[in-house]
Amino acid sequence: MNKEKEPLFSAKNLKLLREPLNDNNPITVQVLGICSALAITVKLKPAIVMALSVVFVMAVANVVISLLRKSIPPRIRIIVQLVVIASLVILVDEVLKAFLFDVSKQLSVFVGLIITNCIIMGRLEAFALANKPWPSFLDGLGNAAGYGVILIIVAFFRELLGSGTLLGFQVIPQGFYNLGYENNGFMILPPMALIVVGIIIWVQRYKNRKLIESN
Amino acid sequence: MENLVNIFVKSVFIDNMIFAYFLGMCSYLAVSKTVKTSTGLGIAVIFVLGFTVPIDYLIHNYLLKEGALTWLSPRFADVDLSFLSFIIFIAVIASMVQLVEMIIEKFSPTLYNSLGIFLPLIAVNCAILGGSLFMQERDYNNIAEATAFGLGSGVGWFLAIVGIAAIREKIRYSNVPAPLKGLGITFIITGLMGIAFMGFMGIKL
Repeated sequence: MNKEKEPLFSAKNLKLLREPLNDNNPITVQVLGICSALAITVKLKPAIVMALSVVFVMAVANVVISLLRKSIPPRIRIIVQLVVIASLVILVDEVLKAFLFDVSKQLSVFVGLIITNCIIMGRLEAFALANKPWPSFLDGLGNAAGYGVILIIVAFFRELLGSGTLLGFQVIPQGFYNLGYENNGFMILPPMALIVVGIIIWVQRYKNRKLIESN
Repeated sequence: MENLVNIFVKSVFIDNMIFAYFLGMCSYLAVSKTVKTSTGLGIAVIFVLGFTVPIDYLIHNYLLKEGALTWLSPRFADVDLSFLSFIIFIAVIASMVQLVEMIIEKFSPTLYNSLGIFLPLIAVNCAILGGSLFMQERDYNNIAEATAFGLGSGVGWFLAIVGIAAIREKIRYSNVPAPLKGLGITFIITGLMGIAFMGFMGIKL
């Protein structure tokens, strides 16, 4: 059998990377990984750190599981996957504590809860268990990036409207406050994250008609 | 006994997993299309939470907590293994979920098929790990209290998912803007329900 080697960035592989950013976004289309998206999007900085951590954990976990996929007995696959994810998360946690201590404190238990971020498990189950390491790596990268993009958009609006700052710097001029402008305290409360995500979905589907659900 | 009822009611309504802490949202949003499937998933979550919280309570108090190993020998009085709690809790949860998966597959293949990928995903349902972590944080006095808390959180989650499923079944007949249909409106309804549940906050039983 003379099988031609697939180029590293073939159209099929690029699609794996690009699709999760819009057409198959993990949060707005696949509905995975919502919990952490709500809890850490009050400020922009933790959201960015969280997005990067998820990119790392997900890409590496996908590759590891994909390498092991033929030797994992299906009955115990959940435990094997969780052990791989948990070890990577402990790694990320230690690095954050060493180099970004203040952000690590803000994220608190949510770094640990990356273990239970269903987007990672979901992609391992749905993709890495059945595909070669390189496509799995791209799939992990793409999905984590799609997740990160939504996280950052939500955090942008919540920080801008809720605290009047971005990355901790005040962006709404003091003059506005003098004229009677007030920060919308509602944006800081957790339920508003749900509503902001709902609006993002609205805008995305308005632009991208094929995602609209029939009921 | 009264104390147990209090803990149970508190974890169902006031500290509701979904509306107060937003834990376990992924399966909540994805499996709430019909009341029937969501009832199945809700029962599975009650079951898993009702077992894992007491088991993790025992592990936490007799193995991991600082000074927990004194029952082996007084020499271990200052051994603190709580840094292991994440990995041990998740292992307990994963084995329980695998067990539930086998039971459902055996007794109700239709439910098994309709739950699909979300059954293994109960393992990573943050409500379950969150339940164990809250149990650890709140330091319940005995295993009965921990069980009441686990079951209560499960029932609260069950009520929330059945509630949203019922609303979603009805909203199918309403004139929602096309791009908001399905997921978008569900997010917004959950947000509104969350705001309503904030009214329970701060109530002391």
